[in-house]
Amino acid sequence: MKIGVVNYGMGNIASVCNAINFIGFEASVINSPNELETCDKIILPGVGAFPVAMKNLNELQFIEPLNEKVISKKTPIIGLCLGMQLLFDSSEEHGKHDGLGWVKGQVKDLKSEITLTVPHMGWNRLEVKKESKLLIGIPEEELDYYFVHSFYCKCENHADIIAAVNYGIEMDVMIQKDNIYGCQFHPEKSQKSGLELLKNFCNL
Amino acid sequence: MIKTRLIPVLYIKNGLIVRSEDFNYHQMIGNVVNEAKRYNEWNVDELIYIDISRESSYDLRRDDHKIKSYSTIEEIVKTISQTCFMPLTFGGGIRTLDQIDFLIKNGADKITLNTGAIESPDLIKQASEKYGSQAIVLSIDYKLIDKKPIIFSKFGQSDTGIDVFDWIKEIERLGAGEVFLNCIDRDGKASGYDIETIGKVVDSTRLPVIACGGAGDSYDFVDLAKETKVSGIAAGNWFHFVERSYPRAKQLMKKNGINVR
Repeated sequence: MKIGVVNYGMGNIASVCNAINFIGFEASVINSPNELETCDKIILPGVGAFPVAMKNLNELQFIEPLNEKVISKKTPIIGLCLGMQLLFDSSEEHGKHDGLGWVKGQVKDLKSEITLTVPHMGWNRLEVKKESKLLIGIPEEELDYYFVHSFYCKCENHADIIAAVNYGIEMDVMIQKDNIYGCQFHPEKSQKSGLELLKNFCNL
Repeated sequence: MIKTRLIPVLYIKNGLIVRSEDFNYHQMIGNVVNEAKRYNEWNVDELIYIDISRESSYDLRRDDHKIKSYSTIEEIVKTISQTCFMPLTFGGGIRTLDQIDFLIKNGADKITLNTGAIESPDLIKQASEKYGSQAIVLSIDYKLIDKKPIIFSKFGQSDTGIDVFDWIKEIERLGAGEVFLNCIDRDGKASGYDIETIGKVVDSTRLPVIACGGAGDSYDFVDLAKETKVSGIAAGNWFHFVERSYPRAKQLMKKNGINVR
């Protein structure tokens, strides 16, 4: 099975690859769009700013091949952290910018809505809204995941939300729409609970 | 609600883990990677590595015959990030953006700046613009002088005369994402945390603060978490010498109503 990790110049993809390899799958770094074709699963990681990420995906000509693979061919994909935010219609980070538009909703600025420390950094417990194959075998008391982000996702359709977290405001932190998954947290940095989640994704 | 993090700090000197006292005396403890494995088994929240080697290159003659030392920081970062799936922070001696690129490329999630940021504050700005504020931790070593926390740089040896509160305002403006606050007077002393200063610092900034220096037993963690809104509680030496120290500390914190993982 080929687990493709999209390399579009945003952050440290090494830790995602390390985690995938550790759980017994083989991570392939996808440096160019034509390498997507043979992927069985796709991981869209990302650390950094939304507009730069979209610009990079555009310039590296990833957008069309990703649409083809994810929307037409229904290949499972998971967006991690910034990668999840990119799945949405738009973000208000540094002005308003369009995302991939696969999931209905917006990415909003946390700082303008709460008085707590921003970024939302550290371990927080998921509040599960809907059953998900990704959470199979992970006990409720172990649903703690590592977050670090200053913008948060808000789904338009409640049916897309798997889990939320409350940090002064309710944020949608885990989503699924058909074959498209997203995690605002970093499963690759969330110890056993994170590795289990990634294993469930690879086993889909 | 977000949980209070309990974070072991590992000091690396010439490729080996050491115990530190007064920022001056260092006792060899063990192999970097073996220690990392132990912390991995303990399911720790996060790990911070600080390289305190005085020399620019590792002096392998100091190697203990029983303990394998690692010859480069690259080897250390790479090996640890392949086996540890938690946030990893690396620091010590960082002066240039190239050094930051190198650490992040090899598996660090965050880096710490200390003396390098004091000498060249622009480094904070450059680094946070490139990697995002969340990756840039400002390490601050202070001593209380006339009851005021004053920053000491260069391994805690050099009095900068800078007030901790002033510096935190400045680094927040420059794009730092987190503060790692270390009380030099309490390093290796097991006398408890400097709760008063830590509390004031936490209240003075919106940046998450990790406090270090002085842990003597698990009740010190409980006291600090109860009396301040600190985001992370760090300790070095204590975790090395107490049997199953980390899981036991977490249990005690839970029992005392602290929201921990």
